[in-house]
Amino acid sequence: MARLRVRLTFPPALIQEPIVYRLVKDFDIVINIRRAEVKADHGWIALELEADERALERGVKWLKDKGVQVDPIERDVIVP
Amino acid sequence: MEKLNGLRCRECGRHYAAAPIHVCEFCFGPLEVDYRYDVLKGVVTRESIAAGPPSMWRYKDLLPIEGDVAVGHHVGFTPLIRAQNLADELGCREIWVKNDSVCHPTWSFKDRVVAVAVTKAREFGFDTVACASTGNLANSVAAHAAEGRLKSYIFIPADLEQGKVLATLVYNPTLVAVHGTYDEVNRLCSEIADKYRWAFVNVNFRPYYSEGSKSHGFEIIEQLGWKTPGHIVVPCAGGSLITKIWKAIKELKTLGLIDGVSTKMHAAQALGCGPIVTMIKNDTDVLVPVRPSTIAKSLAIGNPADGYYAYKTAKESGGFGEHATDEEIVEGMLLLARTEGIFTETAGGVTVAAAKKLIERGVIPRDESIVLCITGNGLKTPDSLQDRLDAHVKIKPSLSAFDRALADLKSQTS
Ligand SMILES: Cc1ncc(COP(=O)(O)O)c(C=O)c1O
Ligand SMILES: [Zn+2]
Repeated sequence: MARLRVRLTFPPALIQEPIVYRLVKDFDIVINIRRAEVKADHGWIALELEADERALERGVKWLKDKGVQVDPIERDVIVP
Repeated sequence: MEKLNGLRCRECGRHYAAAPIHVCEFCFGPLEVDYRYDVLKGVVTRESIAAGPPSMWRYKDLLPIEGDVAVGHHVGFTPLIRAQNLADELGCREIWVKNDSVCHPTWSFKDRVVAVAVTKAREFGFDTVACASTGNLANSVAAHAAEGRLKSYIFIPADLEQGKVLATLVYNPTLVAVHGTYDEVNRLCSEIADKYRWAFVNVNFRPYYSEGSKSHGFEIIEQLGWKTPGHIVVPCAGGSLITKIWKAIKELKTLGLIDGVSTKMHAAQALGCGPIVTMIKNDTDVLVPVRPSTIAKSLAIGNPADGYYAYKTAKESGGFGEHATDEEIVEGMLLLARTEGIFTETAGGVTVAAAKKLIERGVIPRDESIVLCITGNGLKTPDSLQDRLDAHVKIKPSLSAFDRALADLKSQTS
């Protein structure tokens, strides 16, 4: 099992979609939400994802293709 | 002196023992060093500080170091310059430049944070330090690791120009160039930091590392004769520096080293990467990440970890923020060079440009004291001025050619 601590940022168009539900159901990823903030036009969720490595990769790719920003929990690790 | 209470979650307040960790296991909030101000009060005085070395370590009691300083003994205590020429030019009474463009040893304020992180790494018994960086941070980590005889790993995106890494490579770190998009490299570095448990200065050592920025703030206040200025304009990337300068000022107040605090903290960012200033202007605590597109590479962080706290700092202090276009950034660099003889990098150009706009808009009144945080040196990235500067007078090697050229020049300017 691999785990990933990420922060997902949602653009306005995706706020109403059941993104997290599909992540769990379609990719067999166990999630554990730690902190979140969702407003009318913007939202983010800090959560832990756990699954085998390939499922995680596929899940993250799907999120990005949907337009969700996927950052590590630290956000910018690369600093100028 | 037992001055540390360990770490504390900035979101849920949970306590942790001092360890190389950076996020709260419960809420994933960032951890911060917690001091026992009751122990420090009365021990840290203006006199005890003045008796310390002429470096950032005169504030060691207020930094998260418990043993001896391991590296960077000469970092900090950079000049605070009364910039009267610049003030005259901008029609202001009192402008000061806090000049970290001459911070020893790698010419940016990052030496402050790295000196603390690497010293703390030694304190925790690590033999390897690491960072992922494209510029100032990489220079500083490699230099301090060399001084401390620690191994260092520096991660960079593979498409970074070779010229940019020379000032890092010279210190003989292990440089790892990672192929992939920015996002992929960023996420990989987070995973590496998680797996290898090195002292990753801005990841697992972030709570200690970021405290180093307070010294920039302490010095400003001491150098002003223990008075707080009306305004401080701070360049923001991750948003840590502005937050920590404000924390430094509040700590001096808590310890009774200054009386009142009347400083307004202003954030300066590039228009092409200004999510923190956008929050301030829109008066919202929601940070909308951006894709950076600016010549101010050292401020190009699109989803700043401390963005929310930077916004809160500006709000709480009564300050504001301003964006600078690439054109204005170059103008800012040239203005500081022309008036004060200080060659700063693009981040300094952002600060000068933002300050100028805040003054012109009346947000910063012309008769109040202003401090500009100049955080990096222009000699590192002269390319930002490449197409803007040219030799004014070109002549053949003869005295008569020079005479003619001089006469031409004089007729042009008269
Ligand atoms: C020269 C310079 N100034 C300012 C900053 C901004 O600091 P912070 O990330 O703490 O906001 C940085 C780096 O990130 C920098 O390299
Ligand atoms: Zn917490």
